[in-house]
Amino acid sequence: MHVVDTIFALSSGLPPAGIGVIRVSGAAAGDALLALTGRDSLPTQRKAVLRRIVDPRDGAVLDDALLLWFQGPATATGEDLAEIHCHGGRAVIRAVEGALAAVSGLRAAEPGEFTRRALINGRIDLTQAEALGDLLTAETETARRIALANSGGALRRQIDDWGGTIVDLSSRVEAVLDHADEDDIDEDSILDVLRQQCRALAGAIARALRNPPVERLNEGINVVLAGPPNAGKSTLLNRLVEREAAIVSPIAGTTRDRVDAAVRRHGVGYVFTDTAGLAERTDDPVEAIGIERARVAAQTADILLWLGDDAPPHVDGLTRIIPVHPRSDEAARADAVEGRIRVSAHTGEGIEDLWALIESESRDLIPRPDQAAMNQRQRDLCAACVSALDDAAVERDPILLAESLRAARASIDRITGRADVEAMLDSLFSRFCIGK
Amino acid sequence: MHTFDVIVIGGGHAGVEAAAVAARRGARVALVSFDLTKIGAMSCNPAIGGLGKGHLVREVDAFDGLMARAADAAAIHYRMLNRSKGSAVQGPRVQADRAYYAAAVQHMLAGQPGLTLVEGEAESLVLAGGRIAGVSLAGGTDLVAPSVVLATGTFLGGRIFRGEERHEGGRIGERAATRLGVQLRELGLPISRLKTGTPPRLNARSINWGALAEQPSDAEPWTMSPMTGRRALPQIFCAITRTNEASHAIIRRALDRSPLFSGAIDAQGPRYCPSIEDKIHRFGDRDGHQVFLEPEGLATNLVYPNGISTSLPTDVQLDMVRSMAGLERCEIVVPGYAVEYDHVDPRSLDRRLAASDIPGLFCAGQINGTTGYEEAAGQGLIAGANAAADAMGLEPLVVDRAASYLGVMIDDLVLQGVTEPYRMLTSRAEFRLRLRANNAETRLTPIAERLGCLTEDRRLRFRKRMDAKARIEHALERPVSAHALRQRGADVPLDAGTDRGSAWLRFPAVSPAHVLPDAVSDTDPSVLDEVIEDARYAPYLARQEGEVAELRANESLPLPQSLDYAMVPGLSAEMIERLSAARPETLGVAGRIRGITPAALSAILLHSKRRNAA
Repeated sequence: MHVVDTIFALSSGLPPAGIGVIRVSGAAAGDALLALTGRDSLPTQRKAVLRRIVDPRDGAVLDDALLLWFQGPATATGEDLAEIHCHGGRAVIRAVEGALAAVSGLRAAEPGEFTRRALINGRIDLTQAEALGDLLTAETETARRIALANSGGALRRQIDDWGGTIVDLSSRVEAVLDHADEDDIDEDSILDVLRQQCRALAGAIARALRNPPVERLNEGINVVLAGPPNAGKSTLLNRLVEREAAIVSPIAGTTRDRVDAAVRRHGVGYVFTDTAGLAERTDDPVEAIGIERARVAAQTADILLWLGDDAPPHVDGLTRIIPVHPRSDEAARADAVEGRIRVSAHTGEGIEDLWALIESESRDLIPRPDQAAMNQRQRDLCAACVSALDDAAVERDPILLAESLRAARASIDRITGRADVEAMLDSLFSRFCIGK
Repeated sequence: MHTFDVIVIGGGHAGVEAAAVAARRGARVALVSFDLTKIGAMSCNPAIGGLGKGHLVREVDAFDGLMARAADAAAIHYRMLNRSKGSAVQGPRVQADRAYYAAAVQHMLAGQPGLTLVEGEAESLVLAGGRIAGVSLAGGTDLVAPSVVLATGTFLGGRIFRGEERHEGGRIGERAATRLGVQLRELGLPISRLKTGTPPRLNARSINWGALAEQPSDAEPWTMSPMTGRRALPQIFCAITRTNEASHAIIRRALDRSPLFSGAIDAQGPRYCPSIEDKIHRFGDRDGHQVFLEPEGLATNLVYPNGISTSLPTDVQLDMVRSMAGLERCEIVVPGYAVEYDHVDPRSLDRRLAASDIPGLFCAGQINGTTGYEEAAGQGLIAGANAAADAMGLEPLVVDRAASYLGVMIDDLVLQGVTEPYRMLTSRAEFRLRLRANNAETRLTPIAERLGCLTEDRRLRFRKRMDAKARIEHALERPVSAHALRQRGADVPLDAGTDRGSAWLRFPAVSPAHVLPDAVSDTDPSVLDEVIEDARYAPYLARQEGEVAELRANESLPLPQSLDYAMVPGLSAEMIERLSAARPETLGVAGRIRGITPAALSAILLHSKRRNAA
């Protein structure tokens, strides 16, 4: 029996956080728990217990932690598995990791190693593994929920459903090709309906491709603040992210380059970008570069907060623009332009309303928890499938129609694993009465 | 005089190809059969070829096999199926006169140097030191040879069902090879049961032909084998009738007397060739099923009603037949029946069709769970060529999926096994566009030549053909202008410019005569057809190149034959069973096994690497 290392890693978000979950997987996971608790028996399986954990090297108390013990192989990784839920401060987590590293047979996990073990041990299939890969990088609550929905099989079911339809379409064109001399096969009517159905399925998959991609959850929504110099963009940004991310001064042009600040709200990640003011003309070459970068930032924005009193600039492809009336607390700015949201970073006026607007504009940009969100690889394969189905929908030669459907089938098979010509024949022989 | 290189047991379509190709490769061959007069018999439908099957016939012919030439010698009706579609799915098919067919096969075998026909029952295999050493005949004679090809068809453990009747045997009126069957089980070959059936044979004189629609033979003078100069026999027509509500009522009333429904037969029958009672049962909404009345020969009154295979009792068969138009007074000469038989799980064979655990033993044809003369002939060719190689230290004949239907069939059989009698279909070939019946020679004859499977006549003819093809292909690389094509009568836009001749052939309005007016008249039309099709499908073939390369590249990650799949973590019981039975040579091959997921492949790869490292 080959001995495999026992691995551990922080499996919750980056510290500092309220709680840190450290997972230990492998044959020595139980030993690790015993060493850290200083006891001689493991907790009852699948039941959370509170224990004081200590450094086995010197007996120093590390934390009071919640422990969970799962006996393999019926675990997420297929191996013995322990979870240590400790306090989420950096120092505590570093100390617990250090203590684990000192236990014989344990080492820190490589990226994705938990998933790889689950895959090797047959606990998950490929689409589930990919969803778990996304889960590893999912930093936010919504991202985690979507990733979980996929690893529970929502995406798998969706793709199986498309695959099943393609197998069925294939079976009908193959009936025309391989059983043309059977009187149960009416070639023209079969092919006409077939082409329509190829088009319909291509449409359905293409619609699903327009759903927001799963990566969106990890990357967050880009909100760009723009406006003339000294409009108060940096001040507003700091207020929105609730920390001093951008340097604020009364001098126009203080922000000379873009500033990115990430924040999480209601489970969704946002990246706010503060830009140098979009002044039309400047003599300062450094500021000029900053302004050019601001234009680039505006082009990659999902949502633009426009802080100028003039009409917002036109940015190609950008439809989500929220015109803001900043510094509403200043006497000179008491009157807002019609249709603009009054905001004061100093008094907090309008901040909640602005957030509500940002959240409402964001809704279509991220996958809903009930959607089967796809990652880039899955999207590429589905796009290839759509393209093959589009070819099939206009193909007159039944051989080439069949060839396009075979290409469509192959793309789907690459997501979920290979179906077989047998599946197509099952469909064929159950649909048509064939045989002399 | 009892020592050979190869012994072939069985004189059906697999056995005769195996014996003939082994002898063509220079082996001393004995062909053993119960009854030498029945060698080359067509035991079921009197037709050769069809969709997918016609491809196999042409591929066997590309190795100078017997089937296509025998079919031409016996053909009384030619029909190119799917004629209106692209040539990749066109299936040449002939009705053959049974007597002429068997005579043609026997004649070719008699003229084959190195081949001895032995009449007798092969009672058991002789083994020495764990490998094949020969065959014992009933009556005590031993034949000695290091390689044996088993091509016993349905005769192993054959059991015939008709209504309440039961007979032992592989064909009606013939014995079953039961003793050999017992020995194969003892040797540990995995054996399962399959079932097939045949319709009643009708008396032609009792059919009212005048009341039925006729199907004439094709007028175009194509032949099964390019070695056949011209059609030999007079051409007859087939006729078509249908079952109707009255026929269906007769069948329904008697379903409880069919062994298929009474539970007497539980072996799996073919989905694509269901009995008429199966059709009525599964497709109850259809108001009728087509029945082709195919004459079995010129000098016989037997007619084969294609479409009503049945194991109903004889009296029900007669009522059913007489309920159909044109058959009101029909007489049945031999009633239909179902046969259940033993077959070897082909996953226990390697790509040479050699039994992995019994060196020197090869299996071909229905014994491997296939159905059809053509599938049998194809396997006979592979097994025979390899039995000769095994005995004489020659290069084995191994074909792949990307280059032939033979390769598709072998790959499917040894990897996936069978759950029903295996029949070739064009949809089984993912590289269908390149595997045409009309380019079988180009694809395979060079291999046949290298392996010494060709007669001198064939070799010379093939050389001439390849020269002609190369000349045409070369000429097609020359640029031709739209202007010149229009002058020769092709309907192309004047502003279409100048392009290579082969590119022009993709236009439906352009024929070889437009592109190469000088070369066409003195070129073999089959060469022209092939070149045109190559040009037409060139963009699609280029697209498939990547896939072919991938298929062959994946073959380079070898898996140990001793790998214990039960020890690979995470494989399902079903995957373990399939992988253990098929013992894939490479990871790419494992990936083609049904139900094996990419995750499973990762697990197998990781396990085998870990195993190597340990």
